[in-house]
Amino acid sequence: MSLLTIRNLSVTFATASGPFRAVDGVDMTIAPGEVVGIVGESGSGKSVAMLGLMGLLPDSATVTADVISFEGRDMLKMSNRERRKIIGKDIAMIFQEPIASLNPCFTAGYQIGEALKTHLGLDKKAARRRTIELLSQVGIPEPERRMTAYPHQLSGGMSQRVMIAMAIACEPKLLIADEPTTALDVTIQAQILDLLLDLQRERGMAMILITHDMGVIAETAERVVVQYAGQQVERQSVANLFETPRHPYTSALLAAMPERARGGRLPTIPGVVPGQGDRPTACLFNPRCPKADERCRTVVPPRQPAELGEALCHYPVGADPRPPEAIPPGFGPLSRQPLEGGARASTIAPEVPGDAR
Amino acid sequence: MTAIVTAKNLSQIYELKRGMFAKPLALKAVKETSFTVEQGETLAIVGESGCGKSTLARMLTMIEPPTEGELTIDGIRIAEASDSDLKRLRSIVQIVFQNPYGALNPRQKVGAILEEPLKINTSLSAAERRERAEKMLAEVGLRPEHYGRYPHMFSGGQRQRIAIARAIMLEPKILVLDEPVSALDVSIQAQILNLLAELQERLGLTYIFISHDLSVVRHVATRVMVMYLGRPVEIAPVEELYANPLHPYTRALLAATPAARPGRRGARQRLTGELPSPINPPTGCAFHPRCPYADERTKRERPELTQHGKTMVACFAVDEGRLPPPDAAVVETPEPRA
Ligand SMILES: Nc1ncnc2c1ncn2[C@@H]1O[C@H](COP(=O)(O)OP(=O)(O)OP(=O)(O)O)[C@@H](O)[C@H]1O
Ligand SMILES: Nc1ncnc2c1ncn2[C@@H]1O[C@H](COP(=O)(O)OP(=O)(O)O)[C@@H](O)[C@H]1O
Ligand code: SF4
Ligand SMILES: [Mg+2]
Ligand SMILES: [Mg+2]
Repeated sequence: MSLLTIRNLSVTFATASGPFRAVDGVDMTIAPGEVVGIVGESGSGKSVAMLGLMGLLPDSATVTADVISFEGRDMLKMSNRERRKIIGKDIAMIFQEPIASLNPCFTAGYQIGEALKTHLGLDKKAARRRTIELLSQVGIPEPERRMTAYPHQLSGGMSQRVMIAMAIACEPKLLIADEPTTALDVTIQAQILDLLLDLQRERGMAMILITHDMGVIAETAERVVVQYAGQQVERQSVANLFETPRHPYTSALLAAMPERARGGRLPTIPGVVPGQGDRPTACLFNPRCPKADERCRTVVPPRQPAELGEALCHYPVGADPRPPEAIPPGFGPLSRQPLEGGARASTIAPEVPGDAR
Repeated sequence: MTAIVTAKNLSQIYELKRGMFAKPLALKAVKETSFTVEQGETLAIVGESGCGKSTLARMLTMIEPPTEGELTIDGIRIAEASDSDLKRLRSIVQIVFQNPYGALNPRQKVGAILEEPLKINTSLSAAERRERAEKMLAEVGLRPEHYGRYPHMFSGGQRQRIAIARAIMLEPKILVLDEPVSALDVSIQAQILNLLAELQERLGLTYIFISHDLSVVRHVATRVMVMYLGRPVEIAPVEELYANPLHPYTRALLAATPAARPGRRGARQRLTGELPSPINPPTGCAFHPRCPYADERTKRERPELTQHGKTMVACFAVDEGRLPPPDAAVVETPEPRA
């Protein structure tokens, strides 16, 4: 049985300039012990989708879904009290900004202790013992001393560890880690990722790892969801995603990475991610997509089958049904070059939405 | 090749005041750093947060004088330069900052932002300045109608283009780029890196490129200087650094950088511990508390940069020939392209 199932989750914000759909029809199935990655550029709705799931969005947000179930229990029909029992205990989250999400007025030890008392009903002494245990487990030297430190007295890496200690305090079955290492140096990032994967392996904890870093995804996740402008445009195993990306956006994103380039210019994606004011019609990627034609601008693209990466696209890379002469170079079935596909060698591309073509 | 920048024993020491009676603490942000930058090359400076990269950038751009050491730029020794020489040097060296949001004045229109350096440093007429600004917009991939807009109306990538445009208004020879793409998404990062490469070719610019991202550095750099706690620990040509990293810290940085290829996790050596405080740095080699090759000597003595092949490295283990060859798992060999 799956641990968490989400079907058609959407989030719309009421803003001064009208409604803004930040998350648009997101699905997710995660089995116990599995690691799923969500990648996407900033503003693609990764955080909002997960905050929506956790019920942590402000009142201006409207969250809708067909199904949200945890261990077979329908979370949509639950009372708030029942939901709170799951969230914070069985599902825990590590937030993007560690410093901002720790309460500055309380010591690290106190904040972890409170979670233990509330969710596990530990008494003060047991909570203290467990807190020290947790802090040393996440690699904090001298945990007794650090317990009494306030968040501002901790470095970025240390506060991130405290956040992790707090999140795993109640042995969650699912950990949602939102950019857990983005603010950290690479050597500390490597330590934190190792720590998270150890916990996942040792305890069979499932994990949703949100990041904009393709390298982090490659090293940690088993399955990947690529998000663009609030939509999941591709869903594949990590190996297949890097080998044969199917959505033109994924393919372009991979090609734009400097480590994949061999000297010279990097292939770029012209334009920028659409915002509230310039949301395109039909396929949201069409103004930036080199494969786009009239159909992409007028007909909402279908969800392709699993062997095509569940790509949300009329013309998935390597399986474009159009006659060869209608396909831009580098995309035809014969000239499959997934790494270069989707991106074009650019000169200095003006990055104005709508001017991409 | 000729050196356009020569730094000799540059130090920047900040005094941290601790109330009226306590002696101020000395924070050595950059210590006795020597290096050269060749005309037309890209010298990348890498290292963890707080290792002194931005401090070095501020010295190179004459925003802050070094507390010790000597800096020569374009043949002129800064400490002895006349006012007119300094004025010339200030337009020769320009800087682009990390944060495309904070670096531009929100109350100035793009046109005014671009024309400001001309207004201060040249006697061009208003019409001539405008012409130069409009030409520059095109040069960095912006559009003429952007001239009259405010910075908040632009995306992060566009703001970085504006910052680059401003930096090259005075036709500098040297650009110091302090994390110019760190705040940008991959697709926008690629646009800006291409722009920088094109400008460098067309204008013959010399770049000092500060970054903590080793995959970006590999793509842009000619030579790389790795810093740890205020000092360079390794300086090497880019191919050499990635093919044969010598300093254990360089190796650790490379090992920690995630490779954008699945299934590579696990095989690497990890660094433990965090960057120590520059107020109270470790004795001897500053890296010794985190170094797998540390011994008694490294705790007492500090290694100097010494030449080993094409590489300058400050490490006793290298000097003593007891450093193992770079681990195959650590060094990235590019996969052949289809
Ligand atoms: N004006 C200042 N007064 C006191 N200390 C300073 C000052 N500027 C920098 N420092 C300290 O000097 C050290 C080096 O700082 P610097 O900003 O050069 O680091 P960096 O390598 O650019 O880091 P990052 O990667 O985070 O940008 C740090 O410990 C920093 O706190
Ligand atoms: N409280 C809010 N009100 C209105 N819009 C919001 C709010 N929070 C987030 N957004 C918008 O929703 C979109 C997705 O944001 P987010 O999920 O944070 O992106 P990311 O993928 O970078 O995590 C962005 O355009 C963001 O500006
Ligand atoms: S539907 Fe068309 S525009 Fe959208 S990604 Fe596919 S090919 Fe490109
Ligand atoms: Mg986010
Ligand atoms: Mg800096």
